[in-house]
Amino acid sequence: MENLFEYTFVVRSLLGALFASITAGLAGTYIVSKRLVFLSGGVTHASFGGIGLGYYLGINPVVGAAVFGLGSALGMEYMSARGKMREDSAIGILWALGMAVGIIFIYLTPGYAPNLMSYLFGSILTVTDGDLIALGIIAAVLIIYNAMFYRTLLYISFDENYARTFTRHVDLFRYISVGLTGLAIVLNIRMAGVIMILALLTIPANIVMLFTRRYLRIIVLSTVVSFAGISAGFAISWFTNLPTGATIVAVLVLFWLVARAIRSLQKSSNMKKLRKDNR
Amino acid sequence: MSILFTIDSVTAGYEEKIVLRDVTMAVEENDFIGIIGPNGGGKTTLLKVILGLLKPLSGKIDFTSGDLKLNQIGYMPQVAQGDTLFPVTVEDVVLSGMMHDKGAMGRMGRIEKRRAAEVIEELGLSPLAHQALNELSGGQLQRVYLARAVSGSPRLLLLDEPATFVDASFEADFYERLKVLNNRMTIMMVSHDVGTISAWVKSFVCVNGTVFYHPHSKITDEDLRMYGCPIQLVTHGDVPHVVLHKHD
Repeated sequence: MENLFEYTFVVRSLLGALFASITAGLAGTYIVSKRLVFLSGGVTHASFGGIGLGYYLGINPVVGAAVFGLGSALGMEYMSARGKMREDSAIGILWALGMAVGIIFIYLTPGYAPNLMSYLFGSILTVTDGDLIALGIIAAVLIIYNAMFYRTLLYISFDENYARTFTRHVDLFRYISVGLTGLAIVLNIRMAGVIMILALLTIPANIVMLFTRRYLRIIVLSTVVSFAGISAGFAISWFTNLPTGATIVAVLVLFWLVARAIRSLQKSSNMKKLRKDNR
Repeated sequence: MSILFTIDSVTAGYEEKIVLRDVTMAVEENDFIGIIGPNGGGKTTLLKVILGLLKPLSGKIDFTSGDLKLNQIGYMPQVAQGDTLFPVTVEDVVLSGMMHDKGAMGRMGRIEKRRAAEVIEELGLSPLAHQALNELSGGQLQRVYLARAVSGSPRLLLLDEPATFVDASFEADFYERLKVLNNRMTIMMVSHDVGTISAWVKSFVCVNGTVFYHPHSKITDEDLRMYGCPIQLVTHGDVPHVVLHKHD
């Protein structure tokens, strides 16, 4: 019986890691290349308000988080598109407001909030089948969306003004991209936690961008890097009982340091070769 | 010479104010027009109206005379607009110039890649085709954006201050390339540097609220005064000073 439990747990963890990696590869590459890291942090923390509200109303906190995450992502996109705010200030306010709302609702909810820590720091143990299915769906949608509109999305991200000369749907695509990114972030919260999710989405793309600047390669390779990092993080946290999200982040940062070291070795050996050739 | 398109009493502007007022002009095929005028005079707005990015408040752009289509216009926005740290290669950028003929689900196949390679070659960028933008110099970047604008084989090429961030040494090379391109397409180029471009363009348009067409490449301070075009005429080096006969 124990073997069976372990088997399902491993399968579930690997599936979760796969789905999370796909979202990290697609949404992460978008976030990093469009420099939306801070905005993503705002969305994540704003969605904590939804988690608190979910607790208070007795509904699935992930549903609350999804509504808050999607709403704040689209809202910020709308406001920044109209140039009606200082973007960083607004994000900072939303960031704190989301956390405040979440904490107030949790405080108002009678009794002890049992899995609260898992939302902050992430835990594969608390991931339900529903969470996994939702994450799988958003991963599939992201793949289809990016595969269908690859060139259009690439060029809108790169140079929106130029893209307007060949498509009338720049704004529509931007909202869809930001909305899907917001959902992808929020649905990873159970596994990685509010505080860690940003690292999960941004470190892999940053690692890959040290070595290549081709958009499609960054997507594919950062998915691979995420999968390696998340699986290693799971394994370590399983054997050591450390919190999953924190372990994954530690592993990814370690990957990042190694990648930087390799990159600077590469650069200095290139320089040596150049000097030798020019002698 | 035949007419490529006409601008018929176009008035255009933004929420707060009108920038162009009752603009009428005909653009001839294979002309090379330098668009000059003071800041805020409506140079960029004029390009946007032609591109269909800004709907005129009244009047219209009429493409029927030369059977011009919107997707036959190449556009090079001010260079500062693209994000050069964005992870994208020279080839990808040049390919985006061919998106006009494709839908949102457009793919780039062998034909498009071959066409991109031709343009990249023509503009002397071949060794850089797979480099990222952040590895390029200002002059190279400028040629990449030019390559993007012409990769769709446009009949009309619109350039907005293409030489702003480029050394003078690159400028002559750049204009030389435009001159070659002008053999197969009409060019309209916004510039603040009347002196330099007068050696390359065939005619001038001064945009200051409305437009004045000047059908020669030599323009004098007197002309500018007459057009109400408050621009200082600068000449470089030993450019002979040409005094034109008064227009009647």
